[in-house]
Amino acid sequence: MTAVLEVRGLRYELPGRGKGEGGRVLVEDVSLSVAAGETLVLLGRSGSGKTTTLKLINRLLEPSGGEIIIAGRPATGVAPHRLRRGIGYVIQEVGLLPHLTVEQNVGLVPRLEGWPAARIAARVRELLVLVGLAPDQFAGRRPHELSGGQRQRVGVARALAVDPPLLLLDEPFGALDPITRAELQREFQGLEGRLGKAMVFVTHDVREGLLLGGRVGVMQAGRLVFLGTADELRRSGHPEVQAFLGAAA
Amino acid sequence: MSLVRFYLNNAQEVLGLLGQHVLLVLVSTTIAVAIGVPVGILLTRRPSWRRAVLGLANVFQTIPSLALFGFLIPLPLLGGIGARTAIVALVVYALLPIVRNTYTGIAGIDPAVREAGRGMGMTDGELLRLVELPLAASVILAGIRVATVVGVGTATIAAAIGAGGLGVYIFRGVAVVDDRLILAGALPAALLALAADGLLGLVERRFAWR
Repeated sequence: MTAVLEVRGLRYELPGRGKGEGGRVLVEDVSLSVAAGETLVLLGRSGSGKTTTLKLINRLLEPSGGEIIIAGRPATGVAPHRLRRGIGYVIQEVGLLPHLTVEQNVGLVPRLEGWPAARIAARVRELLVLVGLAPDQFAGRRPHELSGGQRQRVGVARALAVDPPLLLLDEPFGALDPITRAELQREFQGLEGRLGKAMVFVTHDVREGLLLGGRVGVMQAGRLVFLGTADELRRSGHPEVQAFLGAAA
Repeated sequence: MSLVRFYLNNAQEVLGLLGQHVLLVLVSTTIAVAIGVPVGILLTRRPSWRRAVLGLANVFQTIPSLALFGFLIPLPLLGGIGARTAIVALVVYALLPIVRNTYTGIAGIDPAVREAGRGMGMTDGELLRLVELPLAASVILAGIRVATVVGVGTATIAAAIGAGGLGVYIFRGVAVVDDRLILAGALPAALLALAADGLLGLVERRFAWR
């Protein structure tokens, strides 16, 4: 299996304020790869650099060093907005545009890509069904008329709109109540198998990470201190991994 | 009652002045929007210019309107006697609320929403058109509403430099100490301001997303 996403020696340093003076390093020497159909979970405390790593991958932040290769091509080889249209991006809570309906939100990237209206409409219906929302009931609603769980479903549908090979998910279920959260996690597991996408899933919840990830990476202070399967994670003696496992027990 | 009789007797003149007044406000506000909205957008892209530009607009705002009309008269191109000078002055007054509201409307958008748009692959132009302007629309329209209402009032002074409008009656009334004549100009001007306020308020509410 070839890797959809390949990251080597990724580094990000905040732009320094004074001359010749470097800024704070937020991500240092992160290397990972994700194959089609695989979900890599990035686990870490807040401020550990996991969200920053995601934003470096779709170039919302410009890496200070290292290489990112997506579907065999270097991420720096294309204009950032073109790159991002080929990467599904799901974020917590505010990801939907409040002035657009569900249908317009899901169809946004296809619209940017210039798809004909009929094709967009058909694709939107297909996606809403996929994420478990009845199109006739939900297509015309605006985000504030949805529950938190429904919003996240729309967010996932939107990320899948142009069928990108890679999905980045930044704590997509973070703001949900525990019951809705468990429900969406279960459904997400079902989707993982069916979609065959490469996914990077950021969370600070170990249980969620172990449930959804084929492999788990643990980040601490900008570095990837552990990368392996769930079983390897449980056997790992790394103190940060132990701290996470201890918190979940 | 005598006011009603005055209007009936001078119907043609009243309508003519009202028309002039509406035209003065309409033209000046349109020009102010055409200048002010792009300037406001520019300020969100160049935050370091904000202080200077808003400061300048503020200074214009503090010049007493009658004085500004007077200052403009001797200027070449912009000045002289008549509607053109009045429109220049009205544009100057309308700029501040429009520029300021365009800036604050866009700057006040949740950065996470903007980032979501960029994360989906929007270019700067698409972000402006599809996210920033629609979300800032109600704030921008509120600025246009303030500018319009203030413009209706200020335009009465335009009569002082021969630009016509409802101010003609007010100045004439002041000159001959005739309350009825002052009222004949002031009343429709006030109603016009209220109508503009109500109408633009309706439009503004259409753009409130929550």
